[in-house]
Amino acid sequence: MKAAVIVFPGSNCDRDCKVAIERSTGAHVDMVWHGDTALPDKVDLIVLPGGFSYGDYLRCGAMAALSPVMAAVKAAAERGVATVGICNGFQVLCEAQMLPGALLRNAQLKYVCKSVELDVTNAKTRFTAGYAGRRQVVMTVGNGEGNFFADDTTLERLEGEGQVVFRYLDNPNGSARGIAGIVNEAGNVLGLMPHPDRAFEAELGSADGAILFQSALASA
Amino acid sequence: MRATVHVYLKPGVLDVQGKAVQQALHGLGWADVSSVRVGRTIEFDLAASDVASAEAEVKAMCDKLLANTVIESYRVEVA
Repeated sequence: MKAAVIVFPGSNCDRDCKVAIERSTGAHVDMVWHGDTALPDKVDLIVLPGGFSYGDYLRCGAMAALSPVMAAVKAAAERGVATVGICNGFQVLCEAQMLPGALLRNAQLKYVCKSVELDVTNAKTRFTAGYAGRRQVVMTVGNGEGNFFADDTTLERLEGEGQVVFRYLDNPNGSARGIAGIVNEAGNVLGLMPHPDRAFEAELGSADGAILFQSALASA
Repeated sequence: MRATVHVYLKPGVLDVQGKAVQQALHGLGWADVSSVRVGRTIEFDLAASDVASAEAEVKAMCDKLLANTVIESYRVEVA
């Protein structure tokens, strides 16, 4: 099992992701610099970590979405490789048009940093299979622009196709329909604002995030 | 040629910054201010033979990078 964590200038959860994946799955994790044009061979999971890539210049994730490594990430995702964007990584996936919608500034204009309860809206995806039988999980959010937005047609499609994967029980940022995480149509690209990488051991307050990494690699 | 690009959140998208600025203006006594929108202006020089081709190029730049058309609209001026 092999995972790759993409490191953009300004990523700050890249090492958290590496440790979280290693400890929860035992997989080997390579760090891949944003300027690289290729991913390691036979990678089973790609993670775009949280942080403030390119200082959030222009728009969160906008610059990172155009960095050289993203062509390789897109190609791998199109081949079906499991790809997860966490927090800023979710913003990057939206900017790269690998996921629909966009993340706006939080409705209350505040940076939100706290544990949140999430409904597992769809436990049949390759990222959430391990949550089957469990309705709720706990992870941590830390974002200023985590307010998911998409037009009504897109929201209806996401709901109808089971692409809404996580929903906040108590919406912390004004996200449309309380959406915390979505998958693409093919089901192999996941974006979520809460951090599974900050919830992979009981000592961190929750070990629920470990299940996400385990599920993603179990299905590889 | 000099290009000026104005980027704003689309009308249907809640502009929380605009709302906060509006509240602040109300607090300062300008009670009749309404519909505040906060946007972004990007200016740059570019070499182009005529205004029409410059506009076409700048619009392509907006669609690719300068604006996120899921949430934002833009207006281009070339002079």
